[in-house]
This record gives sequence, C-alpha cells and structure tokens, in this order.
Amino acid sequence: MISRKVQAAAAFSAVLLAAALGGCSKDTPAASSAAAVDDGAQLTLWTRAATEAVSKSYAEAYNKTHKNQVTVTAYPNEEYPAKLASAAGAKSLPDLFGSDVVFAAQYASQGLWQDVTDRFAASGVKDKVSPAHVRAGTWDGRNYAVPHTIDMSVMLYNKDLYAKAGLDPEKPPTTLKEFAEQARKVNKLGGDVHGTYFGGNCGGCVEFTFWPSVWGSGGNVIDDAGTTAKIDSKEMADVFALYRSLYDDGTAAPASKDEAGPTWLGALQSGKIGIAPGPSVWLGLIEEKGIKMGVAPITGLDGGDSTFVGGDAMGIGATSTKSAQAWDFLNWTMSEEAQVEVIAKNKGVPIRTDLASNKYSSADPRIVMINSLAAKGKTPYAKNFNASFNDPQSPWLQTVRGALFGDAATALSQGNTAITKSLQQS
Amino acid sequence: MSTVLERTKAPARERARTVGRRRRKGLVGALYAAPTAVMVGLFFVVPLLLVVWMSLHRWPLLAPPTLNVPDNYTKIGDNQLVGSAVWFTVKYTVLLTVLLFGLALGLALLVQRRRRGVGFFRTAFFLPMAVGFASASLLFLGLLSDEIGPINGFLRWLGVVDGYISWTSGSGTSALSSAMLLVLWRFAGFNMLILLTGLQAIPLEIYEAARIDGAGRWQIFRRVTLPLLRPTIALVLTMMTTGSLLAFDQFWILTRGGPDNTTTSLVMVIYREAFIKLDLGSAAAISVALLVALVVVNVVQLGVLRRRSS
Repeated sequence: MISRKVQAAAAFSAVLLAAALGGCSKDTPAASSAAAVDDGAQLTLWTRAATEAVSKSYAEAYNKTHKNQVTVTAYPNEEYPAKLASAAGAKSLPDLFGSDVVFAAQYASQGLWQDVTDRFAASGVKDKVSPAHVRAGTWDGRNYAVPHTIDMSVMLYNKDLYAKAGLDPEKPPTTLKEFAEQARKVNKLGGDVHGTYFGGNCGGCVEFTFWPSVWGSGGNVIDDAGTTAKIDSKEMADVFALYRSLYDDGTAAPASKDEAGPTWLGALQSGKIGIAPGPSVWLGLIEEKGIKMGVAPITGLDGGDSTFVGGDAMGIGATSTKSAQAWDFLNWTMSEEAQVEVIAKNKGVPIRTDLASNKYSSADPRIVMINSLAAKGKTPYAKNFNASFNDPQSPWLQTVRGALFGDAATALSQGNTAITKSLQQS
Repeated sequence: MSTVLERTKAPARERARTVGRRRRKGLVGALYAAPTAVMVGLFFVVPLLLVVWMSLHRWPLLAPPTLNVPDNYTKIGDNQLVGSAVWFTVKYTVLLTVLLFGLALGLALLVQRRRRGVGFFRTAFFLPMAVGFASASLLFLGLLSDEIGPINGFLRWLGVVDGYISWTSGSGTSALSSAMLLVLWRFAGFNMLILLTGLQAIPLEIYEAARIDGAGRWQIFRRVTLPLLRPTIALVLTMMTTGSLLAFDQFWILTRGGPDNTTTSLVMVIYREAFIKLDLGSAAAISVALLVALVVVNVVQLGVLRRRSS
C-alpha cells in the first residue's frame, strides 16, 4: 500500500514541482503575429477521447495538403483537464489543444491559450462559425479559442420498438409530455425493454439532455455572465418531475439512477431502450449495431425545440512557439473545404452555420434536422463550469440526485444557492 | 629524552590514525547514503517545501504567484466538502485498518508453519499484489457492473439478489463496501507477508518452553506471539492507516466519490481543488493540513505501540 502511495505522492509532487518551476519562470511565448505560416513545422495537438476521431480526421486531411504536420494525442475524457493543468504548470502545453466547449471560459481566463483576436477577425469566418463556441472561448472581450467540433443533444428513438409498441416510427414526440407518453407505451412491451434511459448520476449527462427542455419551456439555467444559477425555477422543477415520474414507474431503466456516463452509450446500443435524449453523434454509433434509429429535437414540456450546443473549442497553447503555424491549421479547420469534406462527409455537424445544408447533409433528412437545431440551441457560459456542474463532486450533481431521487424542492433551492456560490468563487 | 618524546608521539599518531580511519568510514557511509539522500531530498524534501510555499500563495497555472497568506488555510473551513471528506476518510481508515489487519494476521497464522501445499496458499494470497492498483480497481468496476460483470448474474442465479443492483453507486454503504472489498483483496496478502516475516522471527524455543510450561494455543498466541510481534504490528498498522488516510485510486475509479459524495476521500478533495478548480494554493493548503494530521497520527500510534512493547 505504501509503495503505491509513495508513487502517487511522487507523481503529485512532480506536478507541483513542475507547476512551481513553471510559475517562477519569466519567459513568455512568441508574440503573436497575424500571418498563418505553412513551413513544415511539426505541431502537437491534444484532444479528449470523445473528440479524437474528428481531430484525427482534420489532422489527416490537413497533413495531406500542407507542409506543416499535425500529430494528434488523445486522453481519456475524465483525465483530460488534469493533464492540461499539469502541462500548463510545467509550461509544456502542446501547440494546439481542444477543450469541451463548456470548460473553454476557464482555460481562457487562466491564459492557457494564446490571444487570437486579431487573427480570428482577419480570417473572414468569425461571423460564420457557431457563435456559442466563439463566446465560450472569449474572456474579457478577447478571443482565445475557435470552434472545433459541434455535438448537440437530440432525442434518439428506436424505430423498431416504436413499431412493435404500435407507435408511428415517423412521428416522434413534439412535446416533452408526449415523449413521456411514448416512452411509457414502449415500456409496456415488457421483458428487457424499457421506455427510456438517462444518466442520473452524471452531472454532464443531465445538463446536456435536460436543459434543452428547460430552455424550450422558456426557463433558464444560469445568467449570461455565468455567475448566478437560475435552477430554482418552475420550468426546471417540472422537467425534473417528469423524468422522476418516468423513473418511479419503471419506464426509465433502473440503471438510470446510477448511470455515471461510461455505460450510457452501451445502454442505447443494446436496442432495448425506446426513446432517450443523447448526443447527436451517437446516431451513427447506435446504427452500427444494426438498430434503426429516428432523431427528433428535444422539446420543452409543451413544445419549443431546443438543444445543448456542445462539442469542443480549440486554441493555441500559451507556451507554444509555433503560433503562426498552429493558426494555419486552426484557420484551415474552419474553411469550407474542411467543414464539408471532413465534417459533413462523415455525418458530423459543421461548425460553420452557413454550411448547415451542404451536398452531404441533403442525402439524409435527419442530418438536415440536426444541423438546423444549432441555431435554436444554447451553450452555457461560466468560468467555473466544471467545478459547479460537471465534476462528480459538483453541487449540481448533488442537486440532480436530490431532484430525481430525494426531496426535489429542497434540492433545487439549496442547489441554487450552492451553485451560485461555486460560480462566483474567484 | 627522545624515548619520552617517542612515547608521547606514538599514541598521538595512533589517535590520528584512528580518527582518520573513523573519518574515512564516515565518508564511505555518507557516500553509500548519498543516492538515497539525494532522492529523498529531490523527490520529498524539495516538493514538500514547495507545497508549503505554494500554500501561502495564490498560485495560477501560468501567471506569477502572489502571497495571500492565510487565505488558503482559512478557506478550508468554508469548504463543505472538506468536512464530509474528513469524516468519511476517518471512518474508512478505522474500518479498513481493523478488517485488513484481522484478515492479514489470520492469513499469516494460517500459512505460518511449513506444511505440504503451504507455498501454494502463500503465493495465492500474495498474488493480487502483482496487479496494479488502478488496474485492480478497473477490474472490480467491471466485475461488479450490472451491465457487463458476471457477479450480479451469478448472485441472481443463486437467488441471493433479485432484479437490478448497483454495488458501486447504489448506496453509500454498498459503494464503501465494494471499495473495501477491493482493498482487502489487493492488500491482505502483502500485509500477510510482512506479518509472516515477523512471526518467523520469533524463536521456536520460546514456543517450546511455553508448551512445556503447559500453555494452551490461545495462551501462546496472547502471551508469546502477540508481544513478540509488536514491532511488526506497529509497522503494518502505520502503513495501513497512512495508506487509508491517503486513499484515492479505489474511490476515484470505483465510485467517483459517489453516490452523493458519500465516498469522497480527502485526497479527492485535493484533486478537485488542484485540477478541477485549478486552485493550486488551496490544494497545497489542504495537503499540508493532511500531512500534519498524518504526522500526528503516526507519532501517537508509534508512541503507544513502542511504549507497550518496552
């Protein structure tokens, strides 16, 4: 036991040592210049596992047509923020690194990315890319990161189970109440089949899938400045109450209560779930298992489509000395060529709003629907987002657990205070 | 005259030679200790001083630090998570130390004597130690999972459980029990080995003498084995309490500190401060406080055990 602890202590000490040395060091990265350079530089790019496939597709296509060569390294989602923090402390950040779009404000505020305001303004695409992502990478009016990928939350439903349950597979729910009715009908099939599924022990999963219903119902979650929680609202309480009733009557699979994220996709891929909100990028991953899926927008209680515009933002590492070359890559990823031939071709959602309908998307009406949702969706913005909402020890997860499985009213009112306090911590 | 001088010179030369020899011996000793001293200095003393220094500052990842003493320490009191984590960590340490010590000593007594097949059992008990702790945690996560693990299916087949059950996040008690089961499995053999060396260091003559004096098995265990095993017990208990107070991997991987923060250990709070909140100063302050607590616990523990043994 001791040897393991000593190892862990040594690792932590090394991080602290590196952080200290980094903190003491005085040199700063190369000053930014507006030009993008393609001179055969070797660029390192870090990304989280969830974005690995897209980042690698970008890099492969870029490497084929450019002298600069980008090498992608992916890290497990949960360990990624810690990896970035220790690299920053050691002043050894990669030339480029991506971040979950909701964490981007924190990294921007900590100065982990170089300021790209002038370059971005000169690129000519600033007004054509996902505004929520641009906002996420902005701190004190300066731009630090640009959109990298978009992943939106949608309702995914199993067409075969719908048909078996006597529902029309071409008529997905148009309100959240209808969603609950349809889930209950599918649940009546019995056996291993359940009406729906959600990540009841996962703060990030609940944000991503429940908040669009709150937004669609006219409510909000946090204020625009990202410093005050607004979860103590009727809309939030009603959305939680609906999901709670689905869990209580057994429509939601019992594992929903303990789902912390890792087996969420697996549950939907099993083909035993009628309808569930989830990431749009899972459409292909579920259909790979031979399940026919339908896609619909997430709605408010009585209608009103919305979505959580998630995904990743990417910027140039603050300690990189190859910022001009790194910008060349970033600028290229936002080009029409990259967005259509890399993203749209692989059934992804383009980060360019002007390319939502393109030659590939028109082949599948479901993709057109997903792409069109981006304009209706939101991305919450807060510097302390991770500590307040996504982390397993966050006050939000405690609130979720209370609202779904405990004393809902107390959980929401106490949670609102605790989350606001967490958001306002400097 | 000369003889007198020589007589006085001779012991002086002798003394100088002895001093020189001693010095050389000391130097050789220092040289032997140097690699360890350098390692300890570089990887323990320097980081330790740095942590203390960090705890006195607001320490951003890239910008220069600014002195903010004693903010990082006063903030510990406001952090609600620290309170529940301290309580949980102490509870876990007490429970685990008692169970792990009991199990390890039991196993050590079982395989103490050389008999046929005892080597097999010693190896079998020690074998889990060969699996990395993080890998072992992942192994248990998979085994205990209702979705992919075989255990629930087996228990359902036996009729012990019914329907869906989550061992790692169903309730605080089951989450703690799962983590403790993992630690017992992983570390019982290792602690057994240390206790076994202590047991084998007890001279057989003492046992024989006790038996001749008519002592029974229980009396021998209480009056001979336990007292002579005390230094080893002190070592094992110190390692167990230190390891438990610094628990991280098992909860990080198996329970993620849940459900509802019921299995959030103190080191997980330090991790959250450092890597989620990016507040290195605060993380360093909690680390220093934990270190002080650890030193106090170890001093008290060793003091008590040593006093008794003397």
